[in-house]
Amino acid sequence: MGAFFHRHRGLTPYLLLAPGVLWLAIFFLAPLAFLGRQSLQSGIFPDFEFTWAFSNFSDAISTYHTQLVRSFMYAGIATVACLVLAYPLVYWIAFRAGPWRNLFLLIIVAPFFVTYLVRTLAWLNILADQGPVVGILRDLHVLGPDGRLLATTFAVIAGITYNFFPFMALPLYVSLEQIDPRLLEAAKDLYASPTQAFLRVTLPLSAPGIVAGTLVTFIPAAGDFINAALLGTPNQSMIGNVIQAKFLEALAYPSAAALSFILMGTILVILLVYARIVGTEKLTG
Amino acid sequence: MTTTTATLPPTRRPSVGARAWRFAKRHALTVYALLIVGYLLLPIFVVILFSFNAPKGRFNYVWQGFTLDNWAHWDAVLGIRSAIVTSIEVGILATVVATVLGTLIALAIVRHRFAGRGATNLLVFLPLSTPEIVLGASLLTLFLVLRDAKVIQLGFWTIFIAHVMFIASFVVITVKARLIGFDRHLEEAAMDLGANEWTTFRKITLPLLAPAMLAAALLGFALSIDDFVITYFVAGPTQTFPVFVWGIARVAVPPQVNVVASAFFLIAIAIGVGNVLWQYRTARHQRQGAA
Repeated sequence: MGAFFHRHRGLTPYLLLAPGVLWLAIFFLAPLAFLGRQSLQSGIFPDFEFTWAFSNFSDAISTYHTQLVRSFMYAGIATVACLVLAYPLVYWIAFRAGPWRNLFLLIIVAPFFVTYLVRTLAWLNILADQGPVVGILRDLHVLGPDGRLLATTFAVIAGITYNFFPFMALPLYVSLEQIDPRLLEAAKDLYASPTQAFLRVTLPLSAPGIVAGTLVTFIPAAGDFINAALLGTPNQSMIGNVIQAKFLEALAYPSAAALSFILMGTILVILLVYARIVGTEKLTG
Repeated sequence: MTTTTATLPPTRRPSVGARAWRFAKRHALTVYALLIVGYLLLPIFVVILFSFNAPKGRFNYVWQGFTLDNWAHWDAVLGIRSAIVTSIEVGILATVVATVLGTLIALAIVRHRFAGRGATNLLVFLPLSTPEIVLGASLLTLFLVLRDAKVIQLGFWTIFIAHVMFIASFVVITVKARLIGFDRHLEEAAMDLGANEWTTFRKITLPLLAPAMLAAALLGFALSIDDFVITYFVAGPTQTFPVFVWGIARVAVPPQVNVVASAFFLIAIAIGVGNVLWQYRTARHQRQGAA
């Protein structure tokens, strides 16, 4: 009886896990395996055949390397822009906003409460050719008389930046909020100027937030296709646009599947390189 | 630390110039922060503003005049009402199932040591770090195989399955965070007093977990109702609200889309503000209790 009870206790975690883990195994892992099989098929819809067609990968890279490079460039620029925009705001909330902290945190996530597509469409209103922003920029001769903001690289990157801003701001806030103010006082007592205190104390202590924020911003940004589709032209189309069009319009499943894996693989490589750099810096710093 | 400060010369007061410089810098940061706040809120303001626009043509891009008609006739656009209903139905169902599955996983990971714990953590984390488009594409390949085998049709249930999959991971993370800072003595006390495991779970664990589960469920519902990419891949002919917006954005977006988005926003913000106020109140009570 005691032995049975003991065995039963050992089983408890697996019983707790079973439903959720099965769900993830069937609807996350298995689909990836199917996608992998799909990526090595050849033929034309609806007659695909599994032929170890590794050429799908090389063909996809040679045909769409422009969109691939563009995706990672746009995602990189938007990630840096998010960091530059978010860091001072979050710093201000963590150290200066006092009792209003929660209100400002709510404002940071407020864009999430407006449907993604609708808040992206709002930039169509703001950046419209007849809108006030373009009007002012034309008057200031920043834009030519026929200059536009919509359908440009700027609009797409600005859209990505806006849409993924909270992903950057929240991890940053978590790491800044945990900093013990006494450390900054100690730095001041030890004759550090505010700049030195920031560079030697605050910035290194917020590094985990910067790392987490850049990762969770960069990954979805690289796979995004909504901003390029709504705010850009085919000249701004990213790898997500290609995958989406191939899957749902051209029904070219094998090459779309190959592109999905190339996207995932590239992100993985960037992650590893990034972890390497960040890790090494931590070791030497 | 205190001894070090004690041996240092007394803190010098910074000069007037330095203090003025610091004052200016402090306010520069405040101005910058408020500008970013404006940037974050501008599109939301525009969405709400244009829900009151009376566009002359098909395009709702330029302000033409104020009207309440769009709000009065929010479902005057074909398909918008059924899309919203689908969104809400999927959101509620998927959230309930994902909250249960996710909470169970969190309980197992935090409470038990077992072979495969690391692998489970990884399995939960991976969907969060995979681009949505890959999640959507891979699910579609699975569903196409199942469809050809006459097991399932693309539509409501495939959307439901996909949403449970990506919400569950968020639930695990939210509930895990709560479970880690959790006083196990309460449960041990209940067991010492003769409660069996199930009673302890029902009377002690579940009530203590309820706030985290509610937070996870609210987050999950918000994610579900906002999801476009994954849903678009697996929806087949079924339309959720975001899929509806995508379809109509290729023609011309009617102001009713702004009305619905504004209404969603106002409801969510009301819940958020309520939560902030509630936190203030509990914080004040705790301070008063401590004093």
